[in-house]
Amino acid sequence: MTAFAMLLLGSAPAPLAAQESSFSQVERGRYAVATGNCQGCHTIPGEVPFSGGRGLETPFGTIYAPNITFDEDTGLGLWSKDEFYRAMHEGIARDGSRLYPAFPYPHFTKMPRDEVDAVYDYLASLPRVRKEKPENDLPVPLNWRFALRFWNWMFFEPGEFQPDPTRSAEWNRGAYLVEGPAHCAGCHTEKNLAGADKEAQHLKGGNLENWAAPSIRGGTHGGLEKWSEDEIVEYLRGGRNAHTAAFSTMAEVIELSTQHFTEADLKAIAVYLKDLESDEREEPEEADASVLAAGEAIYLDNCNACHVSDGSGVPRFFAPLAGSGKVNDPDPTTVVRVILQGARSVPTKVHPSPLSMPAYDWKLTDEQIAAVATYVRASWGNRGSPVTADEVGELREALKE
Amino acid sequence: MARKLPHVDVVLVGFGWTAAILAQELTDEGLTVLAIERGAWRDTPTDFPPTVAPDELRWYWRKEMFQNNARDTITFRNNRSQTALPMRRWGSFLPGEGVGGASVHWNGQTWRFLPSDFIAASHNRERYGELPEGMTVQDFGVTYAELEPHFDRFEKLCGIGGKAGNLNGQIQDGGNPFEGPRSSEYPNPPMHMTFAQHQFAKATAELGLKPFPGPSANMSRPYTNPLGCQLGPCSYCGFCEKYGCGNYSKASVQTTILPVLIQKPNFTLKTHNEVLHVNLDKSRTRATGVRHVDVQGNEYDQPADLVILCAYQTNNTRLMMLSGIGEIYNPATGQGLVGKNYCYQIMSSADVFFEDKYTNEFAGAGALGMVVDEYNGDNFDHSGLGFIGGGYIANWTTNARPIESQPVPEGTPSWGSAWKKAMAENFLKATSVGAHGASMAYANNYLDLDPTYKDAYGRPLMRMTYDFTPNDVAMSAFLTERMKEIAERMGGREIKLNLRDGPYDSMPYQTTHNTGGTIMGTNPSNSVVNRYLQSWDVPNLFVMGAGVFPQNAGYNPTGTVAALTYWAAAAIRSQYLRSPGPLVQA
Amino acid sequence: MAGWKLSRRGFLTSTLITTTALLVPGAFARTISGEVPWLPGRANLPPAYPDLRFFTTAERSCIDAIIARLIPTDETGAGAREAGVTDFIDSQLAGFYGKGERWYMQGPFADEKLDTQGYQSEQPPAQLYRDAIEALDAHCEQTLGSVFARLEENQQDEILKRLEEGDLELDGVSAKAFFDLVLENTIEGFFSDPIYGGNRDMVGWKLVGFPGARYDYRDYLDHNGEPVILEPVGLKGRPAWTPA
Repeated sequence: MTAFAMLLLGSAPAPLAAQESSFSQVERGRYAVATGNCQGCHTIPGEVPFSGGRGLETPFGTIYAPNITFDEDTGLGLWSKDEFYRAMHEGIARDGSRLYPAFPYPHFTKMPRDEVDAVYDYLASLPRVRKEKPENDLPVPLNWRFALRFWNWMFFEPGEFQPDPTRSAEWNRGAYLVEGPAHCAGCHTEKNLAGADKEAQHLKGGNLENWAAPSIRGGTHGGLEKWSEDEIVEYLRGGRNAHTAAFSTMAEVIELSTQHFTEADLKAIAVYLKDLESDEREEPEEADASVLAAGEAIYLDNCNACHVSDGSGVPRFFAPLAGSGKVNDPDPTTVVRVILQGARSVPTKVHPSPLSMPAYDWKLTDEQIAAVATYVRASWGNRGSPVTADEVGELREALKE
Repeated sequence: MARKLPHVDVVLVGFGWTAAILAQELTDEGLTVLAIERGAWRDTPTDFPPTVAPDELRWYWRKEMFQNNARDTITFRNNRSQTALPMRRWGSFLPGEGVGGASVHWNGQTWRFLPSDFIAASHNRERYGELPEGMTVQDFGVTYAELEPHFDRFEKLCGIGGKAGNLNGQIQDGGNPFEGPRSSEYPNPPMHMTFAQHQFAKATAELGLKPFPGPSANMSRPYTNPLGCQLGPCSYCGFCEKYGCGNYSKASVQTTILPVLIQKPNFTLKTHNEVLHVNLDKSRTRATGVRHVDVQGNEYDQPADLVILCAYQTNNTRLMMLSGIGEIYNPATGQGLVGKNYCYQIMSSADVFFEDKYTNEFAGAGALGMVVDEYNGDNFDHSGLGFIGGGYIANWTTNARPIESQPVPEGTPSWGSAWKKAMAENFLKATSVGAHGASMAYANNYLDLDPTYKDAYGRPLMRMTYDFTPNDVAMSAFLTERMKEIAERMGGREIKLNLRDGPYDSMPYQTTHNTGGTIMGTNPSNSVVNRYLQSWDVPNLFVMGAGVFPQNAGYNPTGTVAALTYWAAAAIRSQYLRSPGPLVQA
Repeated sequence: MAGWKLSRRGFLTSTLITTTALLVPGAFARTISGEVPWLPGRANLPPAYPDLRFFTTAERSCIDAIIARLIPTDETGAGAREAGVTDFIDSQLAGFYGKGERWYMQGPFADEKLDTQGYQSEQPPAQLYRDAIEALDAHCEQTLGSVFARLEENQQDEILKRLEEGDLELDGVSAKAFFDLVLENTIEGFFSDPIYGGNRDMVGWKLVGFPGARYDYRDYLDHNGEPVILEPVGLKGRPAWTPA
């Protein structure tokens, strides 16, 4: 009964380079790769890890992540360690061309050389896959890579992470992970017109690919205000905590990246995020009473079976809506999208059940979705502004594409 | 010409409860396991979420959850002198189809058979003398004590809510004092009882009976099972049996096992592929795999070292017959065993109508109920009664779905203004007490292959020859009297008895508790499979499901089916894999 | 069959359910491993096509008259006619149900059957209706001088009772099978979700007090015998879902 072993066949054996690297170096690289969630962009779900080809939708067009296995023709097989470090540290490819900042080198630049070398050794140890990536789908002049020189000049500062000697080692480790390999700002920071982070909005929430990523700052008004450090750790480990459940992009980050972190690293991230102060929020507009009445009826007829009539949900099973960061987000995109299309809680090692919400787009009109979204954003102490039917309609259209 | 596929260690035919349990157990052993399901892939958020689940027409009346009769069905007659005709649509029972099988659309009433049920023949003989002429009841070949740890595992897998009545031999207040000793309390507390259960509990207590909460696979609170799978709390929506659960609050393959199982690299599930027969080698004592066909009509030979039939009871029996394994039972000669001891159950009920109290039974759940067990199995003295066995009497508030549930008093016509008025007046003010009666095997009730009717692939349909037996009728009459005494004390204005008299009718829904056909037992002359559910004829073939029950007890069968599955899995893991071959020497 | 205007998949173009939700693909063999499949926006939608039609005008008026007697409009409120049961049956017969697509419809069909053997007619439901209505109207014209729909209510009731009791023979079709099916379909149409065309304004549910397609009654479990009055909800909602 050896058929199990057959599953491992079918791809080329690991290249020589890996055999020369020590086991501990490869292990270190594997962990660094997890902290950077390289697999998230460099793998089409269901295909061989790191074989590339996945499209990242940006406001400027679609950028396809390359194959980063060590195939010589289509991957990194011919790259030296120095060339690899230059790409990670400066955003410059082996042939000297500049990489698009969709590849988060502005964050990876903070990684020390030995860490980057370990990433190289790990990737080199993987089975090689021959696979071309599709051409990027970008308009002129963005496909002129020399325009990126200008971008880099404006927005990019290469340099490894420098610890703050006034803070604890734990805080510094958290800051390194968040600002470096884990590149949280990639989603959780609003971008300017050139697609670079708005510095003043750092980790205060962003919107990409028609998802609103909430604020992940602590402080008195941040998205993580009510989360304890332990709850942040629990969320990054298992995808659920007493406040929420992860789905969509964050689900992938947890599945491929943070659930594999050490407890100490998750704690360090929590310490760092909790320490980030936030701005006071504007008071939301008042919602129309008839909209709230309709919203309540829709809620009680549709949502209570999981989220419970008082919005308390079932912590770690069905996300509570009362006090939810996503529900209270100034940007209602995520709430509306989840109602339209449903959402799946990420299955993790801690919580393997992919508890999911169904799609309501066939069942509720734009006006009804706006009403129920407005209701949940204004109830049980929540303070989200009203949602209009037009906003729902626009997102519905956008999602059809 | 069938295409030959790569070898797997184990092939499971069908993918319901028994297959999922085995897949989980055998992949843990490192084996490659392939499950072949003839129905569709289906899962909670896409196929039966709350947005579409509470739809009586679609799921029950248009039978979207069940085996598609256009492809095959069962022919039926009451006795051998008649001509069997196909059940052109399901009626009295509803075999499941699709991923999760009937675990998707069961009520969740999760019982253990009594210790005496497993030794029904020897126990009753010892206490009451010889069994009546024609009764073919026999012992299971496995005891309650042997199965106890496996019952326990299944209850923890499912998060059963209930109250123990016998903990390690100590009788517990509030539980079923007649149950076999259990090693631990139920993993969850009982369901939240409503008005009707309170009335039932009061009435039965007044009669000196011991009411207890029905064991429920609808979650009484959020539950994380030993595999880490999460089940939400039941919201008492009243759409359990015949429906998928939209909010993960009913134990099913999807909610309890699949999230963990599907992640294993050594497990694969194929859907919309139907197994046509088990392939045997020339000696016909070894299975080489199965032949299956996909919905596009492509045929495949799937080689495997171990073949396990996990389909519905009637389908497992039919697969044995179509594969030519064992001899088909012939009641005229008494020869053959495959198809023998087909049993069902006999249900009767009493509706209770209240004058000014509302039962509001739309607020219900599949296993929300109070039960008394004084008249089940051999919990009472049968001397002079003229029957053996019994059944529980319960007040379940499962639903008030109005196409199906029409509580109208005695004498109400079936249509017109009088019917309409009676519905308007009583719909929210009625409840029902039911007796869940056992079924004893008789020589004339059996399954074989129909000589006339064929399925979509041209294979003979299964033929069912069945009628209620003298034992059933006497037992049901006795249970109905006890039930009437209870119903009359529940505070209603009037009651209506729904007797099960006359011949068995294949159309009105009664229960999907069909058993027998591939019965287990102590030796090859009295059974199709041994005490480990291993075929006597083909030792690398195992048969799961209620088909192995030599006769049916007065309980819902799922708990016992699952315990037997864990028991068989343990035998495969600890004995068979070490030394493949017969686990019991004939 | 002139009566079938749209294919079984006609609900895709039906006006009732317009959706961007991806329909769950039909039957095809799949191999599943690795993770539980899930896609956003995918829903296995109800097969509702309330505007599909099967009946001719004459057939419709016969069924309309029958269902109006089975569940009459009277002092307890609206009956089957007002509930749209005729439309419900018409659309059901035009779809997979009428064609018997999920029933075992292979022969041979027996002349004699036991009462315990259920439906054994050679016709799938739609054709059974067609044949039975023709025979019923012919019978009524012959014996009472007018088609069923134009008889007096008491005459209609008399005929229906005889159909139910099996003491009225119809030419080429089982009268009892027809009656049982019409009664079953009438009750379905009166109490099923309004998306299927019957139970209009949820009159059937309102009559008996059924709250409809709700999914959570936890807040009412301690009702202790007192009434729980909730406005019914259909799969596509209730009036209160739209802001005033």
